[in-house]
Amino acid sequence: MNHIKQLIFTAALLGLLAACGGSQPVVDETSSADRAGSADTMGAGADSGLGRDGMDDGQAAGSGLATVFYFDYDRSTLTYETRQALDRHAEILRNSARVVRLEGHADDRGTREYNLALGERRAKSIADYLVLQGVSRSQLETISYGEEKPVAYGQSEESYRLNRRVEIK
Amino acid sequence: MTTDSTAELKPAWLHSLCMLALLSLLALGFASKSLAQITIEITEGVDDPTSIAVVPFGWSGSGVPSEDIAKIVGADLRRSGLFSPVPPSEMLGQPHQSSDVHYRDWRAINVEYVVVGTIRTGGVSKSVEVQYEVMDVLKQQRIMYEKLSGSSAQMRDMAHAISDKIYEKLTGIPGAFSTKILYVSAANRENRRYNYRLYKADADGAREQLIVESEEPLLSPSWSPDGSELAYVSFESGRPAIYRQNLATGAREKLTNFKGLNSAPAWSPDGTQLAMVLSKDGNPDIYVMDLASKNLRRLTRSSAIDTEPSWYPDGKSLVFTSDRGRAPQIYKVSLATGAIQRLTFEGSYNARASVLPDNSGLVLVHRQDGQFHIAEYNFASERMRALTKTSLDESPSVAPNGRMIIYATHQRGRGILAAVSTDGNVKYNFPRTTRDLREPAWGPWPK
Repeated sequence: MNHIKQLIFTAALLGLLAACGGSQPVVDETSSADRAGSADTMGAGADSGLGRDGMDDGQAAGSGLATVFYFDYDRSTLTYETRQALDRHAEILRNSARVVRLEGHADDRGTREYNLALGERRAKSIADYLVLQGVSRSQLETISYGEEKPVAYGQSEESYRLNRRVEIK
Repeated sequence: MTTDSTAELKPAWLHSLCMLALLSLLALGFASKSLAQITIEITEGVDDPTSIAVVPFGWSGSGVPSEDIAKIVGADLRRSGLFSPVPPSEMLGQPHQSSDVHYRDWRAINVEYVVVGTIRTGGVSKSVEVQYEVMDVLKQQRIMYEKLSGSSAQMRDMAHAISDKIYEKLTGIPGAFSTKILYVSAANRENRRYNYRLYKADADGAREQLIVESEEPLLSPSWSPDGSELAYVSFESGRPAIYRQNLATGAREKLTNFKGLNSAPAWSPDGTQLAMVLSKDGNPDIYVMDLASKNLRRLTRSSAIDTEPSWYPDGKSLVFTSDRGRAPQIYKVSLATGAIQRLTFEGSYNARASVLPDNSGLVLVHRQDGQFHIAEYNFASERMRALTKTSLDESPSVAPNGRMIIYATHQRGRGILAAVSTDGNVKYNFPRTTRDLREPAWGPWPK
């Protein structure tokens, strides 16, 4: 338990540092992946399956477990693949006290405020599924960024698809 | 700034202007690049605009005036789409007072109205006195004369005030060139880090001032009806919260920080209430906060998305977007009875509506053939009319005189601001910058 607290504290500290902006050292993707990968040595054990942000393949380091889930246009229904991956997340979460953050996003078509609501609906549909699988509601935090934090740019079906997502963090 | 024809002295407004200038200097320490440093591109105008000559004003001070008032007035009138100002190079003479105007010179180049004027500086103090006259060339008579005074820092304000008066005299509609706009700009930085800024600027994009900056999203700026405050959504704490902020002092208050969405604040016409979207009770619903008591009243209770509230001019009802009928459409809710009525039926995506100041209809985002346009929906005819032809158009906001709509669109992969007249005949684009511009909000007339 203490180790988990330590890990969360470190992650929070790093997040703070990154948020401080410009002149602060920036944690790049490689080092964050290393950190997630080396979580075992810090005693976090099974928790290494839960995601780090910003992985291009949307997978947690070393585990092959998806942490980014995609949705159809204007929809919040979960695909078969998403439900399968969520089952594994649920298993890990049921055996831990860890709190995860579900971040909902939308593509940039339509209005910004409506897309905020849509992102929330997506994050909630993931949360509801995890609760159905026995995860405690108190372990799940949802937030929507709507279309404000895109990962792909340009007006193409592919970038729209990549932006309609929920990330587990 | 004072005008002797109307003897308006606006101390509160003056005060806020000075405070803002001071604050922006202190807080920023640098002059931000202004949208208006590049000419606004007018993409469509009316077929037969009125030909007007705004002759460069005479100048009695030393050096050169800090602002070219005639040029600003000409640009304002051109942007309205209803006027075609004659370039100074085509003028056969450049008089500064009515007694020097030779009407035949202006008839020869088919000019209908001539504006002449002079600028005088007050020596030691930095006061500036501007006087101008407007002549009707056909009738060969002076139809306007006015004197304004203010500080040299207020020359742009004086120019816009002159534009407002001339526009009203010649069209019968009050001008809105003296108004301000709010908008959000965003830049994507490396490693999925972002930078968001909320700006205030003149309606022509000049004198841009930074209001808030954050690494987390800023959204939905909304003016208080007297123009002294704004409300907006900031994610700076890691979660969305609604803030209100005084533009003159910078003083800020967090109004809501509930679990879930805190979104789309909209000030009531009387300034006492703020409509907003909260999902604290399950899913996004419309609430109204009484700003004095902070009491919340829930207006909608659907299991669908209800968002984007906007007030009717009488403050008795609101319009909002809801997908309770599966696709997003515009609904009306009465504050007195809570009765909800669907307003739009045409098309499968209608969102972010606002009611026109004359209560004749809605301005909204309407999807047509997969493209998102700014549209006008007329209450009497029950007809929807797309005003723009571009795609991904969003966030329409109507000028206080109801003539123009500012909105956000995309140009070559970047978010830009643009404007279209409510009748669809006039269009112009604000310049494309290095950042994505979005969510413009057209402010009220200065008090």
